[in-house]
Amino acid sequence: MAKGLQIDPAKCTSCLQCELACSNHHEGVFNPALSRIKVFEFEHGRRSIPYTCTQCEEAWCLKACPTNAISINQDTGAKVVDDATCVGCKVCTIACPYGTINYRSATGKVVKCDLCSGDPACASACPTDAIVYA
Amino acid sequence: MAWQRKVLRINLTRGEIHHEPLNMEWANAYMGSRGLGTKYLSEMMDPKADALGPDNVLIFATGPLTGTMSSTSGRYSVLCKGPLTGAIACSNSGGKFGAELKNAGYDLLILEGQSPSPVYLNIVDDAVSLESAEDLWGTTVWHTEETLKERLGDPQTKVASVGVPGEQGVRYACIVNDLHRAAGRSGVGAVMGSKNVKAIAVRGTVGVTADDPKRFMAVVKETMKKLADDRGRQGMTRDGTNAMIDTMHAFGGLPTRNFQEVQFAGSEKINPTAMRAKNENGHTNLINNKACFGCSIGCGRVAHIDPKHFSVADKPQYWHASGGLEYETAFALGPVVGVDDIDACTYVGFLTNEHSIDPISFGVTVAAAMEMFELGAITLEDTGGIDLRFGNAEALVQAAEVTGAQQGFGVDLGLGSKLLCEKYGHPDLFMGVKGQEFAGYDSRALQGMGLGYATSNRGACHLKHDVFSPDMKDQSGNGKAEPCKNSQDEIAAIDSTGLCIFTAGAWGMDDYAAQVDAACEGDWPTERLVELGERTWNLERQFNLNAGLTAADDTLPKRLLETPAPSGTAKGRVCELDYMLKEYYQLRGWGADGVPTAETLGRLGLNA
Repeated sequence: MAKGLQIDPAKCTSCLQCELACSNHHEGVFNPALSRIKVFEFEHGRRSIPYTCTQCEEAWCLKACPTNAISINQDTGAKVVDDATCVGCKVCTIACPYGTINYRSATGKVVKCDLCSGDPACASACPTDAIVYA
Repeated sequence: MAWQRKVLRINLTRGEIHHEPLNMEWANAYMGSRGLGTKYLSEMMDPKADALGPDNVLIFATGPLTGTMSSTSGRYSVLCKGPLTGAIACSNSGGKFGAELKNAGYDLLILEGQSPSPVYLNIVDDAVSLESAEDLWGTTVWHTEETLKERLGDPQTKVASVGVPGEQGVRYACIVNDLHRAAGRSGVGAVMGSKNVKAIAVRGTVGVTADDPKRFMAVVKETMKKLADDRGRQGMTRDGTNAMIDTMHAFGGLPTRNFQEVQFAGSEKINPTAMRAKNENGHTNLINNKACFGCSIGCGRVAHIDPKHFSVADKPQYWHASGGLEYETAFALGPVVGVDDIDACTYVGFLTNEHSIDPISFGVTVAAAMEMFELGAITLEDTGGIDLRFGNAEALVQAAEVTGAQQGFGVDLGLGSKLLCEKYGHPDLFMGVKGQEFAGYDSRALQGMGLGYATSNRGACHLKHDVFSPDMKDQSGNGKAEPCKNSQDEIAAIDSTGLCIFTAGAWGMDDYAAQVDAACEGDWPTERLVELGERTWNLERQFNLNAGLTAADDTLPKRLLETPAPSGTAKGRVCELDYMLKEYYQLRGWGADGVPTAETLGRLGLNA
């Protein structure tokens, strides 16, 4: 079975190193607003939960895309958006049951987690092993 | 890069909003956060101005490393003239607010003047507006933060605000961000309230970039590893800062019952072990730990109060999780008031966050009130029926509730310990320096700490120097002046980067310099950082001298100078401040009058 991001919310301290690492890897800037993984806080900070694409086996984003802009990376199993093919129609964002593929008005394209080609920056940056790539 | 090179300046009197370029000449000499904020403050205001008047200036300052991937990059400083001290105030806070301000594109936010009516400031990147806060005035920090997040519609909005004590000029009111992180000391919250600013809401999506991204990430990786491997860091993650309560009790440096004693048997009921234990109702105080923005330490505690406890049994609104006991809250709501009730301490800790009061100053003020109550100088009539004996948890809870609401005896308690002790005829019972109450370390057992307290530019403070190791090794004042002076300069530099001083156990100055050097334009060798720290310290000193403070203010209460420690490893000792201070002035290049010499100022590039 392909490796995936194993997330253990009990270990998350909400430090946002994952968001910083993600935005830095993909956009070259430290900017949680551009991160593809988001930490959500619940119950006055009692729980913090990192949340991103689960790379569904049956990926509805991929099936819904009318331009075939989403493909499967054979090495990692990640569902990857091809920017050159994406026309920004947002159908995938409606198809995704988890809300983890998102439209960006600045670029007119959608973005999602691509597992950083097999070396996810979020997992490397997580100081508490709340996010592990295994 | 790393700086945003932009300042947001708000004239509250006129309701004007200005975007200005950052003064890079000053940024190169003072870097950011504490140092750069001090420079702007010194240039913008007369230090003799009334701290609670319109001529005080309130600055929120991020550092170049704030918002980057450096560990602990969530810090920011709040600067102004402090109403508690009449000296420069520089309060540092974590949480996520500071990084959000930086992400919105600003190095500094400057508030001048005084709004004619209550307002909050709404910042969404470049879009900035002053909005009416009439409906929020008179409400708590928690209510304000929740209401603004809902009103503004973006749950990622970060809020810093003040409660009623901030609005009503309580001299130790703080500014609370992210529900339970605070720019805690010297009354910066009272200054915000005096300007009629209830809250600042900020949402930032601009981001921060390093000057040399590749080298920066290599340095971050290396320093992260160093921090992860550090044993002190591991302890801090596991136990939080409250591990110190056991150390200080054993050592005999734990101020107890308004510094009449230096050890507290009840400390084991409020220490990290007690926080993790199940009580008779099966309730455990501690839930987990929580980090500020970018922090790989996570010393913050998340706790909850036993719903069956008397303090909250009929108040379900306090049954949720919030910020738990750290060492300074545990000390100030525990030993120094003689209380060993973990739920009462936790509840009062919640209240200090909810109402924006500094728990250190509050607890030490209550301690002085308790001593005067036991002496008969304060009566039940004065307290409105609160039985303010040492160790009375119910009295502590009542005291916090009336102080938070600014009702009854809470108005007296809001004066701070110095004015309260003067009012009730016992000025010698004020335990602090320059009007600001001590933190949880007794200067008879920790001599270098005593010198640090006496010379700290914001009044008694444990965070502006680090003589801890020498103090634990040798209980005389010999050889303490030099590490005190050097650590003051180094910490001023660390504070100016935008990082947290809790990294300093694992990192040397070279580690900070390497991060700044990769993140910022120009060369930032270690010596430049340390010199910048010394420059900042001296500029703070100049602010205070211009405000009217003198060497006579660099002193400690009689109790610490004349009454020997009654127990512990320093039994029989007093604080040997006199000769430490003389040596300290010499090392600083100051005259015997505590004034920097022309030569010292010249060497640091400061004007006389």
